[in-house]
Amino acid sequence: MESYWIPFVWLAFVGLLGGTAFKIVQMGRLASREKTVFPTLDAKHGARSVLHWLLPFGTRNMRLRPFFTVVSFAFHACLLITPLFVMGHAVLWQQSWGISWWSLPAPVADFMSLVVVAGGLFFILRRIAAPQVRNVTTWSDYAIVLLVIAPFVTGFVAHQGWLPSKHAIALHIASGIAWLLAIPFTRLAHMFWFVFSRAYMGSEFGAVRNARDW
Amino acid sequence: MSDPTDMMIADAGIDEGIKKLTPERIEQTIRHVLDNESAARMKVYLETCVHCGLCAEACHTYNSRDRDPDYAPVAKVKNTLWEMVKRKGKVDGPFLKNAARIAFTECGACRRCSMYCPFGIDIAYQIMTVRRICSLLGLVPQYLQDTTNSHAVTSNQMWVQPDDWIDTLMWQEEEAMSELSGARIPLDKEGADVFYSVIAPEPKILAQLIGNMAVIMKAANIDWTMPSADGWDNSNMAMYSGDFEVMGRVERAHWERAAQLRVKRIVMGECGHAYRGAVYDGPKWLAWKQPPIPMVHAVEFYYELIKSGKLVIKRKIEEPVTVQDPCNIVRGRGLHDKLRYVIKALCEDFRDMEPRHEHNYCCAAGGGVINCGPPWKLSRMKSIRCKADQLAATKASLIITPCHNCHSGIEDIIGHYKLGMHVKFINELLVKAIDLES
Repeated sequence: MESYWIPFVWLAFVGLLGGTAFKIVQMGRLASREKTVFPTLDAKHGARSVLHWLLPFGTRNMRLRPFFTVVSFAFHACLLITPLFVMGHAVLWQQSWGISWWSLPAPVADFMSLVVVAGGLFFILRRIAAPQVRNVTTWSDYAIVLLVIAPFVTGFVAHQGWLPSKHAIALHIASGIAWLLAIPFTRLAHMFWFVFSRAYMGSEFGAVRNARDW
Repeated sequence: MSDPTDMMIADAGIDEGIKKLTPERIEQTIRHVLDNESAARMKVYLETCVHCGLCAEACHTYNSRDRDPDYAPVAKVKNTLWEMVKRKGKVDGPFLKNAARIAFTECGACRRCSMYCPFGIDIAYQIMTVRRICSLLGLVPQYLQDTTNSHAVTSNQMWVQPDDWIDTLMWQEEEAMSELSGARIPLDKEGADVFYSVIAPEPKILAQLIGNMAVIMKAANIDWTMPSADGWDNSNMAMYSGDFEVMGRVERAHWERAAQLRVKRIVMGECGHAYRGAVYDGPKWLAWKQPPIPMVHAVEFYYELIKSGKLVIKRKIEEPVTVQDPCNIVRGRGLHDKLRYVIKALCEDFRDMEPRHEHNYCCAAGGGVINCGPPWKLSRMKSIRCKADQLAATKASLIITPCHNCHSGIEDIIGHYKLGMHVKFINELLVKAIDLES
């Protein structure tokens, strides 16, 4: 990686972590204005609901649509795991911080990147083909999917050597930075809001209403 | 696209209200509710929804209307709240008419969709926020607003006057005595174990349910009472019309009457809304962490009486029976197992519904939808075809509904779809089944 990228990479991580922290603190303050949010939240029932929704086929809706469930879990799992453990990134951690950890064999990482791209394309096709989804889709829904799969497309291209290495890596880094920065400020925030919204609903259903929400 | 005939339905409560609005008032009201009456939950829900449409099949209106995408829960939010937020409250009369139609007549706030949304977004809460805006703007279906007006004036939902109330109780006491010697309806008995509260349709049109309860109480030897004055009605239509000020007043009156009589707990009749209003929505609005006196729903009470042997079942119902799990006591209280215990104790041939328990479909009458009255009945029937299919598939002839809205809603479905079934409350079956000799 060329050294002039370093400030941008810092910006991405600071933006991601700082933006997320800012959002959560801001929401916590708003939540304390609503008298019911904090008294309702209940660790046991919240966690019970979150776990059911993180477990493949753990809910009725997932069981009703097995194909979607498999695609969605594969997409999200590969999306989170690949960037952390791909060999090229492990090398950077080693060089910059002296941290070494386990990395994915190259063909596996390639496959997982393709799963992310295929999953993203499936979501786009589903938006077009399914009337109940198309009806509530805006241009930003397509843009978000493209933004998410871009680092995987460019990373794959860089690894395969289909473009001059310098250009491919520049595209990969730029798209990765855009992706990380977008997380706290777009609907990609569902990455962390999911835990809160699900835990709140799980608490209302479980602790207050004595029922299950999965 | 929404059904065009439904979009043209005239309702003076909405249509006349729109004529009185100005653009400034619309904008101020919407901004007031969004800025001052909602905070973190609304913001998270608006930011988190990824428009995936996975909530669609959770909704009875979507399933019943040939999967019309405008009836998916997310589409209902898109066509109401999202637009209000996007346009910062600058919406016009025709938009609000459509929003009121969606919020009051196409969503029963049953919360089934929150069990299908991966993020647990409370779509019913968002729709209730739209109702709140409509209520503050004076755009509530006329029949529903009438029940709220009745609550505001009489504290009960059906304009029952104080003398009518006492007279009805005395009449039903006589009826109960003719069934079981010594049956009474003790009024205002301080320190009683049980304060029994009902919803206004009971004295108004279903008085025999109160008489039945007097028989059950005597048979089980319960120390109970009913209040002679306001605070006896635990139903709360203001909760569903969006008039939360009146909602709070009604709930306060109910709890205060029980506190005044220093009763040990409240048992309420077979109604789902009333339970929701008294235990959740009312205390929330009043900023109480929990209700001051324990309250149990009739299903829980019957379960206790049968399980403990206080009531002995002598004759079981023989015809094939199924049960409607009411949203507000099953998704809202997890009473499905106790409900089945009671039904199996009462009936020989029980045939369960599919889907059931928390996943059961709403009756499409609840959440104030049936209270929108005759102008909307045909639309309501179109929105609940899936319930007709679900009922027919059980091949039962009797449907037990421990909720007034489910009862009326399912009677309408049976008539409209010619199912040839009939509906009963548990209370009606219990008086016929229990041993009155011992």
